[in-house]
Amino acid sequence: MKQRKPEFIRGARANVPVAASAMAYGSVLGVLASQKGLSWLDMMYMNTAVFAGAAQFVMVDMWSSHMPIFEMTLAVLVINLRYLLIGASLDPLFSGKRLLHKIGMMHLVADENWAVTMSEQRRGSASTWFLFGGGVFLYMAWSSGTLIGLLGGGFITRPEDYALDFAFTAVFTALAVGVWRGKSDVIPWVVAGGAALLTHHFLPGKWYIVAGGLAGALSAMIGPCEAEVDGEVEGEENAAGY
Amino acid sequence: MQPAIETQVIIAVALAAAVTYSLRLGGLLLASRFPRSGRFRKGMDALPGALLFSLVLPSIVAEGAWGLIAAAVTALVVLRSRNTLAAMLCGMLVIFLARRFS
Repeated sequence: MKQRKPEFIRGARANVPVAASAMAYGSVLGVLASQKGLSWLDMMYMNTAVFAGAAQFVMVDMWSSHMPIFEMTLAVLVINLRYLLIGASLDPLFSGKRLLHKIGMMHLVADENWAVTMSEQRRGSASTWFLFGGGVFLYMAWSSGTLIGLLGGGFITRPEDYALDFAFTAVFTALAVGVWRGKSDVIPWVVAGGAALLTHHFLPGKWYIVAGGLAGALSAMIGPCEAEVDGEVEGEENAAGY
Repeated sequence: MQPAIETQVIIAVALAAAVTYSLRLGGLLLASRFPRSGRFRKGMDALPGALLFSLVLPSIVAEGAWGLIAAAVTALVVLRSRNTLAAMLCGMLVIFLARRFS
């Protein structure tokens, strides 16, 4: 088994680029939050408890002197539905780990450290401590970014002038390239992209992420299934208890 | 800006946090009951890429032709240099210049 501390540090290091981008759009969130009158304590409470970028943007947008608690919870549910899929995709990484280990590690899973871990796993050397190290580092970067924006909001009143709002898209484009598996990804990606664009056009909110991800995975599932040993399926299913 | 959190804020954020954490852990725990090979596995293996691509494509397209150019530049830089940060900055630079000069 790999050592915890070196894996933790390796994970933190690998997340430096995504942490820089998280800091950039975290500062954008901070500016918006200062316009809505959030205190630094409100901000840190949200960063620590929720720790999900897109959801926090929507929460700050809905923030008011009379909090729309029900609508806000529902919005967060829809936006973060993708975490169900993200959690599921981490199953191979967590196989054989105790329940308590899973409970402790899953809170600090965000899009960024998940994507970095996935692309590391493609190269065959990711671990749960790698994921967690990235999560802790990301949490610090995200928190500093939001606080910089919140407390010093004056100096970047129009973040879009500096393309800071594109930081998220750019860094995730780079990460998507990192998980590309070659020919077997052509169909899933085309289907996912088409479904995402259609959903984005016709439905409000963030449904397009889940719709695209599911459509892509489904297309891979019903696609040609070469050299499959069906007998294996049942046997391994029972051995997989957690 | 006094450092105290209102009760309604405590509740709203706690609910958002509970929903988010349940999804994270729930996905992981449900998946360990799924079959580990066969067609289902193929779908799960394709999921990360499909999810990431769906996450970015609409925002790329929303930027128009310059968005596509920025994404292509980002992809090229990361393929050439394996440096995600440099790739991100190059993509942002394209958008920055496009917004300033067009």
